[in-house]
Amino acid sequence: MKAITASLVGLCAAWLAFNLAALAYGESPLQLLVILYRGTWGTWYGVGQVLYKATPLMLAGAAVAFALRAGLFNVGVEGQAALAGLGSAAMASWLMSVAQNRFHKLHFVAQFVPVQWLLILATTLTIGCGWALIPALLKARFGAHEVVSTIVLNRIADAIIGFSLASGLALRGTVRTDDVGVHLPRLSAIGLSAFRGSAVSVALFVAAAIVLLAAFVRRRTVLGRELPLIASGLRACEAAGIPIKRRIVQAMLVSGAIAAFVPLGAVFGFKGYYELGLGAGVGFAGIAVAILGAGHPMGLVVAALVLATLEQGGLSLNGRIPMEVMEVLRAIIIIVVAWASGALKRALGVAVPA
Amino acid sequence: MSALVAAAHVIAMAAPYGCAALGGVWSERSGVVNIALEGMLIVSAFVSIAVHVATGSPWLGLFAGVAAGGLVGLAHALLVERALVHDLLSGIGLNLFALGITRVGLRALYGSSSNSPNVAGFGWAIDPTVILAIVSVIVTMWALRGTVFGLRVRACGESPNAARSCGVNVVRTRIFAVSLGGAIVGIGGVALAFDLRQFQSGMTAWRGFDALALVVVSGWRPGRAAALAVVFALLQWVQIGAQGKLGVFGFFVQTLPYVATLLGLAAARPGRISGAPKGLGVRAPS
Repeated sequence: MKAITASLVGLCAAWLAFNLAALAYGESPLQLLVILYRGTWGTWYGVGQVLYKATPLMLAGAAVAFALRAGLFNVGVEGQAALAGLGSAAMASWLMSVAQNRFHKLHFVAQFVPVQWLLILATTLTIGCGWALIPALLKARFGAHEVVSTIVLNRIADAIIGFSLASGLALRGTVRTDDVGVHLPRLSAIGLSAFRGSAVSVALFVAAAIVLLAAFVRRRTVLGRELPLIASGLRACEAAGIPIKRRIVQAMLVSGAIAAFVPLGAVFGFKGYYELGLGAGVGFAGIAVAILGAGHPMGLVVAALVLATLEQGGLSLNGRIPMEVMEVLRAIIIIVVAWASGALKRALGVAVPA
Repeated sequence: MSALVAAAHVIAMAAPYGCAALGGVWSERSGVVNIALEGMLIVSAFVSIAVHVATGSPWLGLFAGVAAGGLVGLAHALLVERALVHDLLSGIGLNLFALGITRVGLRALYGSSSNSPNVAGFGWAIDPTVILAIVSVIVTMWALRGTVFGLRVRACGESPNAARSCGVNVVRTRIFAVSLGGAIVGIGGVALAFDLRQFQSGMTAWRGFDALALVVVSGWRPGRAAALAVVFALLQWVQIGAQGKLGVFGFFVQTLPYVATLLGLAAARPGRISGAPKGLGVRAPS
């Protein structure tokens, strides 16, 4: 209830700022709102685009929210997602080349689509978890603050991606990998022909399933139930016999695993390859989604849809007001919701976690 | 002579990192976690260029840029200390806001989504912003160590409760320290913009976050942070000079500062001498 009120306060603030921006550009706010609606929820194409953009956002939000449950700020979703995207695309295109090469010893095995997906999945998860393992171990073993280490790891991930694309993974003269071969079908290809032309794919359902799975782990497993205890106070956990260090590592690993699926929709559902800068900024957007969604699975989905609507709406409004205004609105929502949720907690007499 | 020119160039490249790190030191020594350095940098870079273009005066641009950095610092401090927003959330929100608002401003003023028109800058052999950056390093080292205000700031960062019990107004001290830090970050933003003679969308390119890493590796000490900024800039200069011909070696040069940061983080474990203010992120007693 508190979370919903706080989010509504944030949306109201954004709406107010939207009106001010519209007036500043000499446009009618109501007219702009109509254009925004037509470009997003008013047509099936718009809906599809919003859903496509919401797919990585809800995953990034779920990744951040899971670690946040243990009091850990995973700012590294950006790097974990980018590396996993590059790795999965590289794996998929390599499998494709093996499947086409009749003289390769793995030629026979690599032809089967389930085998391909299995290997791609394994690569994705290994990279996502592996990259999250570094800040997790630094935190658990040395008490290193995860915000700084994940920010730094994002920069290292950037360097790795740039270097590996420059030294062989990219097609000659470009900054993108080869085609991945296997695809997640678009929604328009599986009977929902109304979405024709929009980029939304089956990845949406995969993302929704992962968000639900994360919520299940959070609520129905020992790991998930112990995380808030770790967040609230370390000394008491020690007394109760909770393996704090192991839980911290596990929380970051799950977070990294979820983050690894962030680029899935763009790479396998839309583009068919990974390219430099794909999905940049999704890490901080994920933090926004996690705050807005207040950790609840439905909240995460709604928050992802709201931010995706702003993003897509910005494109449709671009002729009237610059789409950058929508970025400012997003920032306003984050700050106001963060303020309102804290203010609400205090107003209702609930202890504020340190 | 050319060595001198190169050294001056490296110092100029180090100014944004160094100033942002100093701002981070001021903020975090007072107990406020600051990941909004990036936002402060880009806002001050934009404002300085905008005012320079509008008035034709680089001095007014410099002052406006520094003031803008200070204002973002003030906003962060007020959000954290008065509105009690979590300092990381405030930082993330302000960064996104800053990035967005500068892009809106770029569109509104110059009708471009990439860059502003060129400005003349100061045209001095050594840019006044760089001199100001060096001065602020010395002033910060002295002020944090040897003044009453510096002592109060450090007290608020180490233990807000103890500071309060000695009659220090923790909230006000922190607001002042973070705003001052923001103004110093502003010097770095102006230096960055004047070095390129224009504003470019997203031109800070994670420098604020790199500066945060410098703060941590330096152990929250201003002198070391500034020295590390120069090393950082030197590594970048080597890399740019080699134009990607270094191969694997270039990759190592690029990631070296970050790996060093990770190692520094691991070494600074609690219980050892870490340098991290103990009251970092602890809100003032009400």
